[in-house]
Amino acid sequence: MAPKASFAQYAARPQAGVSATVAELRSVSKSFGDVLAAQDLNLGIARGEFLSFLGPSGCGKTTALRMLAGFEAPSSGEVLIDGQVVNALEPFRRPVNMVFQSYALFPHLTVADNIGYGLRQRRPRLPRQEIAEKVGRALEIVRLSGFDRRRIWEMSGGQQQRVALARAIVNEPKLLLLDEPLAALDRKLRKEMQIELQDLQRQLGITFVLVTHDQEEALSLSDRICVMRAGRIVQVGSPQELYDHPNSRYVADFVGTSNFFEGRVDAVEGGRARLVTASGLTLAGRASAGLAAGTTGCLSIRPEQIRMTRAPEPESQAVTVHNRIFLGEHTEYLVRHETLGNINVLTPRQAEQADRGFETGETAHLAWSDAAALVLKND
Amino acid sequence: MTRQERNWLLVAPAGAWFLVMLVLPLSVVLVFSFGERGPAGGYVPAFTLEQYANLPARLTAFKNTLILAPLGTLAALLIAYPLAYQLAVRTDPKWKTILLVLVIVPFWTSILIRSYAWIFILGGRGLPALLEAIGIEGVRLIYTPLAVTIGIVYGYLPLMVFPIYVALDRLDKRLLEASSDLGARPFRTFLQVTLPLSIPGVATGCLLVFILLMGEFLIPALLGGGKVFFVGNALVDLFLQSRNWAFGSAVAFTLIVIMLVTVTIYMRLIARLRLGRDDAQIM
Ligand SMILES: Nc1ncnc2c1ncn2[C@@H]1O[C@H](COP(=O)(O)OP(=O)(O)O)[C@@H](O)[C@H]1O
Ligand SMILES: [Mg+2]
Repeated sequence: MAPKASFAQYAARPQAGVSATVAELRSVSKSFGDVLAAQDLNLGIARGEFLSFLGPSGCGKTTALRMLAGFEAPSSGEVLIDGQVVNALEPFRRPVNMVFQSYALFPHLTVADNIGYGLRQRRPRLPRQEIAEKVGRALEIVRLSGFDRRRIWEMSGGQQQRVALARAIVNEPKLLLLDEPLAALDRKLRKEMQIELQDLQRQLGITFVLVTHDQEEALSLSDRICVMRAGRIVQVGSPQELYDHPNSRYVADFVGTSNFFEGRVDAVEGGRARLVTASGLTLAGRASAGLAAGTTGCLSIRPEQIRMTRAPEPESQAVTVHNRIFLGEHTEYLVRHETLGNINVLTPRQAEQADRGFETGETAHLAWSDAAALVLKND
Repeated sequence: MTRQERNWLLVAPAGAWFLVMLVLPLSVVLVFSFGERGPAGGYVPAFTLEQYANLPARLTAFKNTLILAPLGTLAALLIAYPLAYQLAVRTDPKWKTILLVLVIVPFWTSILIRSYAWIFILGGRGLPALLEAIGIEGVRLIYTPLAVTIGIVYGYLPLMVFPIYVALDRLDKRLLEASSDLGARPFRTFLQVTLPLSIPGVATGCLLVFILLMGEFLIPALLGGGKVFFVGNALVDLFLQSRNWAFGSAVAFTLIVIMLVTVTIYMRLIARLRLGRDDAQIM
């Protein structure tokens, strides 16, 4: 076990070389019995960024977060905070705070006492006056001024969420960890809280690490997203990078929606690739990294990248309109291709008006630019 | 049937039980306490405060009860809390049930037999003999207040363990993590989260044990050996041996009043302590 070091000791050092990386996972694995919850995680978290762990339930997001908080010790590898290995550092010594999924607010304390809890644990003690001021400011930040004497059960779900946030940020942690903080809220409230979270992060400059299985939430909030699958990190990048350059079918599928056409990768050359489907159709697109000719793969095309016309165009595909959903600004079509199967198409309102739209049962023609399509390895 | 009629019907059995088993005997006791002892014992109707004036004759019994019942409750609490904590918080869920059953196993034998066992353990050839073997001489345990306290704690421990166990088991373990995350060391987490949230269980356990101890007579009779006796023993004596029902009733009624007053004060105090509504269980 690493020697027990106190963080105060570390923080007392001159802040000469404040590194851009506030926390780091180095080849971190964690197993519970024979369940490998996390495998070989490597990730640097930049100071002040908003990072999300994204993946389906059970893929190890919470485990990763709990290792940063100190509730779980890695089975192997190193967790670093501010350049210091903290594998053996207890949670109460880490300059990190967590917002729990169920909030975990203390039912026997008032709102103000919940928020001031962390400040009251400080040694040497903070003056009572200072604690009260900080709590007051935190209440203001989460817009709950005047609620300080309330009991937790007197607060609505959204208010409890904000108390939980205030209880964490009042300590000015180097890392704020949020485990699916909005999952329990209804859709409308969730949207509001997303905006508040983002504002808060910008206003405070605290590094946020969010765990979510909601891709929309991750896309709209994060500076960077770390996509996980079965305990492993699949891809890390900005929302746009992940959306435009997914490195696998898994990421393309999980981040946004996409149509996939399976086939054999026929040729890869100069960043472009050709795919031949089982029925002999040849499709072209950008080649994803590490793609090799002769393997099976798929072509991914986003619904909004597909143009839908009445008249055939060169290399367009004839389809039958199967379903049409009016979404206001967009219309979503489900069309059926003879060999490619069901395809989702999203057309903007303008195109609709010019073309009056397509009725169910009508024949249409689909076309897209090769640059918008991506040929991926199957995984 | 209206809703109100239905409600009355639902509480009717409990009401009848309450009337026959509680109000009626209590009234009898109250009436008897103002009466006189008959020439051959028993009760002769009268209206006199003589019995109450005679209460100081049984002062020792009241003193013993009022000292040893709270003391025994406190001792049981101090032993039960760590046990319940270990069971509820630290024990692997797989083992919880088995260990809990072990706590109540002694209840499968009559308290009479178990108290007899203690007579031997605390008696001259038990612990004192062992102590003598290692050079500590002249220790007397049996028929002392200590023996009675040991017997009391032993007999009533499960009643204290269970409510505390329930309160600690219900405690959301994430609150402990949250406390640690906010910088509290384990002991401070215990003081600031675990302990306050287990107060309802502690309150229930103490109340149960205290009330039962106030009426206890078997353990003092066996382990106190006539030297350390409770009000309960005085009552056994007055009703069964000296057959002075009138005085016995006065003693009994006084005990009931003392109990009502202490329990009321106690409940008031606990209500003030208990602030969280989440833990409005049990009591
Ligand atoms: N304390 C634990 N004991 C045993 N298995 C666990 C424990 N915590 C997590 N796991 C397992 O590890 C895997 C990852 O869990 P988790 O990190 O909670 O996933 P996520 O947060 O992405 O839903 C799951 O298979 C889960 O069952
Ligand atoms: Mg989780």
